[in-house]
Amino acid sequence: MDPLTLSRLQFGLTTVYHFLFVPLTLGLSWFVAYFQTRYYQTRDEEFRKMTKFWGKLFLINFAIGVVTGIVQEFQFGMNWSEYSRYVGDIFGAPLAIEALTSFFLESTFLGVWIFGETKIPEKAHLASIWLVAVGSNLSALWILLANGWMQHPVGYVINEVTGRAELVDFFALATNPKGWLFFWHTIAAGLATASFLIIGVSAYHIFRKQNVSLFKTSFQTATIVGLIASTLVFFGGHTNGQYMFETQPMKFAAIEAHYETSSPAPFSIITIGDLTGKQEVWSWRVPAVLSFLACNNLTCEVRGVDDIQAEYVALYGPGDYVPLIVFTYWSFRIMMTIGFIMMGLSFLFLLATRGKYENAKWMKWVPWVIALPYLANSSGWILTEMGRQPWIVQGLLKVEDAVSPNLTVVDLWISLIGYVVVYGVLAIAMVYLMKKYIVAGPDAAMHESVDVAPTLVGSQD
Amino acid sequence: MSYEFLQTLWFILIAVLWIGFFILEGFDFGVGMLLPFLGKKDEERRAIINTIGSTWDGNEVWLLTAGGATFAAFPHWYATMFSGFYLALFLLVIGLIIRGISFEYRSKDANPKWRHTFDWMIAIGSFMCALLLGTAFSNLARGVPINADMMYTGNLFTLLNPFGLLGGVTMVSVFLLYGSTFLTLKLEGELRERARELSKNLYVVAAIVVVLLAFFTYTSTDISTKIGINPGSTPLAAVIAILVATFFINRKMEGWAFLSVALHIVLTQVSFFTLMFPRVMISTLNPEWSLTIYNASSSQYTLTVMSIVALIFVPIVLVYQGWTYYIFRKRISTDKKTLVY
Repeated sequence: MDPLTLSRLQFGLTTVYHFLFVPLTLGLSWFVAYFQTRYYQTRDEEFRKMTKFWGKLFLINFAIGVVTGIVQEFQFGMNWSEYSRYVGDIFGAPLAIEALTSFFLESTFLGVWIFGETKIPEKAHLASIWLVAVGSNLSALWILLANGWMQHPVGYVINEVTGRAELVDFFALATNPKGWLFFWHTIAAGLATASFLIIGVSAYHIFRKQNVSLFKTSFQTATIVGLIASTLVFFGGHTNGQYMFETQPMKFAAIEAHYETSSPAPFSIITIGDLTGKQEVWSWRVPAVLSFLACNNLTCEVRGVDDIQAEYVALYGPGDYVPLIVFTYWSFRIMMTIGFIMMGLSFLFLLATRGKYENAKWMKWVPWVIALPYLANSSGWILTEMGRQPWIVQGLLKVEDAVSPNLTVVDLWISLIGYVVVYGVLAIAMVYLMKKYIVAGPDAAMHESVDVAPTLVGSQD
Repeated sequence: MSYEFLQTLWFILIAVLWIGFFILEGFDFGVGMLLPFLGKKDEERRAIINTIGSTWDGNEVWLLTAGGATFAAFPHWYATMFSGFYLALFLLVIGLIIRGISFEYRSKDANPKWRHTFDWMIAIGSFMCALLLGTAFSNLARGVPINADMMYTGNLFTLLNPFGLLGGVTMVSVFLLYGSTFLTLKLEGELRERARELSKNLYVVAAIVVVLLAFFTYTSTDISTKIGINPGSTPLAAVIAILVATFFINRKMEGWAFLSVALHIVLTQVSFFTLMFPRVMISTLNPEWSLTIYNASSSQYTLTVMSIVALIFVPIVLVYQGWTYYIFRKRISTDKKTLVY
């Protein structure tokens, strides 16, 4: 593989891996803060246990999100130095602001929350978990505004002398609709991810008749939040799609494997493309639905891949401006299908909580729903990043011109293998701990840490 | 505000972020490296980790902010340094990852092998970070091969020159001493005395390498030709600060000893940044090709926006981080009831 492919592979793997943990952090922080607030209000010991139990899972997950986030910040400069030079004026600002306003907030107050329970007033301790939630979600805002700019650049000029993009309107960057649409979509997805974890874990314990009352409260809370959140994810995604239709027509067409401009445009249920992904072999389409998705009416024109390719060649010079359609097309369908399943399931679970669901046989299978949001979240990122190809900044800079020119294939293989090995081990440790604490239940989580006989470590030295 | 003023301001601000990072995370790295050697029993190791448990993550954000600020204010500096020092930074990131995750995970399982593994990962990760950062900084002072296109033309082995490695060893030694004086300050009982005894041995090593580094800085860098700002007697003051620490350690004045080492770290960094100014990366191929605050910076508009943001948020961060040090000011005992991690 060439350096460009290796850098892309590494960025893709580390980003998708990082984003396995981020949505749960974003969503679960609100739940933990909410449960602790309920305890503060009601003095009901059950809420205290819930805070500790879900808080423990939150911490195990949070740790990986934090350490893999360091890689994210560094690898723009490490692997994409020409990108960093080109956009540093603009892209660096939200990144620095993220560190200054969010990373400090979440990591400092997480420390206070873990260690401070006996040292500060209860109100301050409660406030610290809310600040963790605000900090984490605020960091999502800044990073998505940064990403939004790559999808839909605003508030910049190209400096004729240096050839670099320069910021002229910070307000435009901070209010970029693309970034804000991503933000609402992601925040809702985070809440849905956390809801489905809580639903799955609660069902596990309810089915085994352990701490039934506590887990029923958790289950019910999560079904309500899960239904609202997955509905918001849908509307956020839909609005996002319409905005994409206007700002990134190629991505929109590539998602639909929509090759020829048409009005009204049909929606593809299944399209089989040829191996290059540039042409379709067979498809099953529903008339006019794509027009409706794109602009809320049944007749509007949706431009096709071939048409836009011709336009981009005229505009940007010769080249291939079509993303890998097999990825955009299928990742979108996986994301959307799972999104609908999650909406449906949370609605059914919510209905079930009105009856005697705790004895239901189907509860045995509910823990498997935990996997759903993870598949959808990853598909979403793959879709949004692969759909922008060959651009790293839409219309301004191509990925092939953004990579660090000094890196050798050996450098990149070392780092790629290194990340894969370390991330693999982290995943094993994390899944092991998650499973252990989930199975052990809330009573075990009340202990600050697992105690061992004091001499065990010493005897090994 | 003039463009030149803003560029200077951001150079100073990034220097402050690095100094803040080394003052705070320096003892975290030291404590991490000392962990498996100083703590023999499990609750001792837990007590040692608890001295930094509540604050290490917040301290590390200083590094991330320095990185982000470099990206925003000096994109070319960020691009050249991060792509140039690729494998070194990759190892640094791995060090930060294994150390960070180990703090959070080591006490979540009772298996002694599990804990033993994570304890060593904390030590190894901390060691890697200190060694690599020290090596990177002394290479920045010495200069690295950078061509006319602001591109680093060396590789990992270019950085592993004697002066670079001396910088790495110095940072490891100083942070070990910094960590042991910090532990003397934060622990109780026998463990505290053990940390104190260790400080007495560690300062000998630290003092020797600091003197060596100071000497070789005059022969290996352009500090004496005063292309940057003449740091005057700052490097000498840095050497004196670490020698003064000796005095306090012997008199069991651990608070003053800790402050002396902290002062040494500040003065070393001040020397470094004055030697560099206004350059941010010195080219050994041609002085003309060095990156400076003038040719590596963002536009005036971006620097203005970032200055406003920094002016608002840096004081806020300082206040609440300061507050956390206040609430966790008490000494840590090995009493299991009070331990968290």
